Amino acid sequence: NVVLFFCEWASRFFSGIIAKEPTSLEEELKEIRRSGSKFAMSDIFYFCRRGVESIVDDEVTKRFTAEELESWNLLTRSNYNVQHISTRLTVLWGLGVVIRYCFLLPLRLTLAITGVTLLVVFTTIIGFLPNGRMKNFLSEKVHLMCYRICVRALTAIITYHHSENKPKNGGICVANHTSPIDVIILASDGCYAMVGQIHGGLMGVIQRSMVKACPHIWFERSEVKDRHLVAKRLSDHVEDKSKLPILIFPEGTCINNTSVMMFKKGSFEIASTIYPVAIKYDPRFGDAFWNSSKFGMVNYLLHMMSSWAIVCSVWYLPPMNRQEGEDAVQFANRVKAAIARQGGLVDLLWDGGLKRSKVKETFKEEQQKLYSRILVGTHEDRSRS
Amino acid sequence: MGSRASSLLREEDIEEIKKETGFSHSQITRLYSRFHSLDKGENGALSREDFQRIPELAINPLGDRIINAFFPEGEDQVNFRGFMRTLAHFRPVEDNEKNKDPSAGEPLNSRNNKLLFAFRLYDLDRDDKISRDELLQVLRMMVGVNISDEQLGSIADRTIQEADTNGDMCISFSEFIKVLEKVDVEQKMSIRFLH
Repeated sequence: NVVLFFCEWASRFFSGIIAKEPTSLEEELKEIRRSGSKFAMSDIFYFCRRGVESIVDDEVTKRFTAEELESWNLLTRSNYNVQHISTRLTVLWGLGVVIRYCFLLPLRLTLAITGVTLLVVFTTIIGFLPNGRMKNFLSEKVHLMCYRICVRALTAIITYHHSENKPKNGGICVANHTSPIDVIILASDGCYAMVGQIHGGLMGVIQRSMVKACPHIWFERSEVKDRHLVAKRLSDHVEDKSKLPILIFPEGTCINNTSVMMFKKGSFEIASTIYPVAIKYDPRFGDAFWNSSKFGMVNYLLHMMSSWAIVCSVWYLPPMNRQEGEDAVQFANRVKAAIARQGGLVDLLWDGGLKRSKVKETFKEEQQKLYSRILVGTHEDRSRS
Repeated sequence: MGSRASSLLREEDIEEIKKETGFSHSQITRLYSRFHSLDKGENGALSREDFQRIPELAINPLGDRIINAFFPEGEDQVNFRGFMRTLAHFRPVEDNEKNKDPSAGEPLNSRNNKLLFAFRLYDLDRDDKISRDELLQVLRMMVGVNISDEQLGSIADRTIQEADTNGDMCISFSEFIKVLEKVDVEQKMSIRFLH
């Protein structure tokens, strides 16, 4: 696992502040070992350099803020390093503001309110129907229609690839997570059973009415911690082939769409077919990433609706199943690699939870173990000779 | 517009940092962006917590010592000048710098200064000697719980024996330099900064 971390560093030669050397701990120390001494005072150089490299540029912290653009797209929020803005550019920017806030935003808000209202109203009505083919049919139509209105509300320009691989009933659809909009984008092209925690407020109202029309899987806050309960409900759902495929985002948190971070193994432990989906946004027209530590939901939606457009590509990848002798973690990593490859994203082993929590001590302990083995290993070689 | 990271750094500051550290203009602005993104409190200075938030640094066995190297004696905050001054130690040594005007003082990224940086990682109490205890502390940080006290002690003793020339059972800076004279310090303690 530690070796994998070091291998990741090998491929980070692209645009960055520094170019990292791809040598591993073992390689560097072996050079010094030629002199025959067990420990060399220069052993610290490796850790020292790696440490300072990570201070200048690390693979994790930059995944939790919006991607930097090469050239400015006339949105203030994307203005990072543009120091000097000419008069002409300012005029263009001003024009942009007028168009976006006075024309596009009100239009989009109207559409959004319409879409959400219709969703709540119609799903509640459908809820009164008896369970059966008619109910499912109408529920599908209503869901699709309302999501499509919401897609217009965001002016989302979506390109779907390989629709022949679209998730089927009894399967689990997994995708990389960038924002809550991911749900709208996928659900406007197919019907899914959503999984999530039940919220209060407007979100809760929407959730409660949606579940009247078709079975979504909502959890109470207290139930979320109970992994067995979660697994059981998901398994029960996938076993029922008449129920819609489940939509899950295994990263567990929003990442800025430049990389795919660790997939939580929960969804990969359930015995069913996995349908991987890769979603890649084009940040030039509007960055879809939701930085939840900086912006609240309302602020975020306002940003979304006052961008130029949300442009993205969705790839439906061929279904995958867990193979013989593969455990859930390996399977999860295999799926993650496939999604990263298709979306042109960096495949990371780091946990997206590091956005808010500290890294586990075990990773440091692994490095210490590796170094100790190199130290002690030399001792054994010498005692043999 | 322009209430962003790069505009908080004035041209005069950039020029001064350029002279002191040898970084180019664009490198300084990029590193300022990085400094700003690490500065969660947005108060123009980094605290130890800001550094510890970097996962790759947090799992580095010498992470705490490296973070320490950025902070001047007894202080809890490092500003951008201090940040750059410490990073400057890791600039590669370019050939044209070897011909520089000697009265300008030794550049921060000279072989000597790189070695001094490494020496200070060991020498916690800054008394210009690495004692047996200080050496043991660093060894313990690097091996964790995987090697016994006795074995580690004998490694430390052997290291001091090999390096100590004046018999004071400590390693001074000149003894440190002598031990590492065959090591390619310039390469091992340098980071390739892109333009």
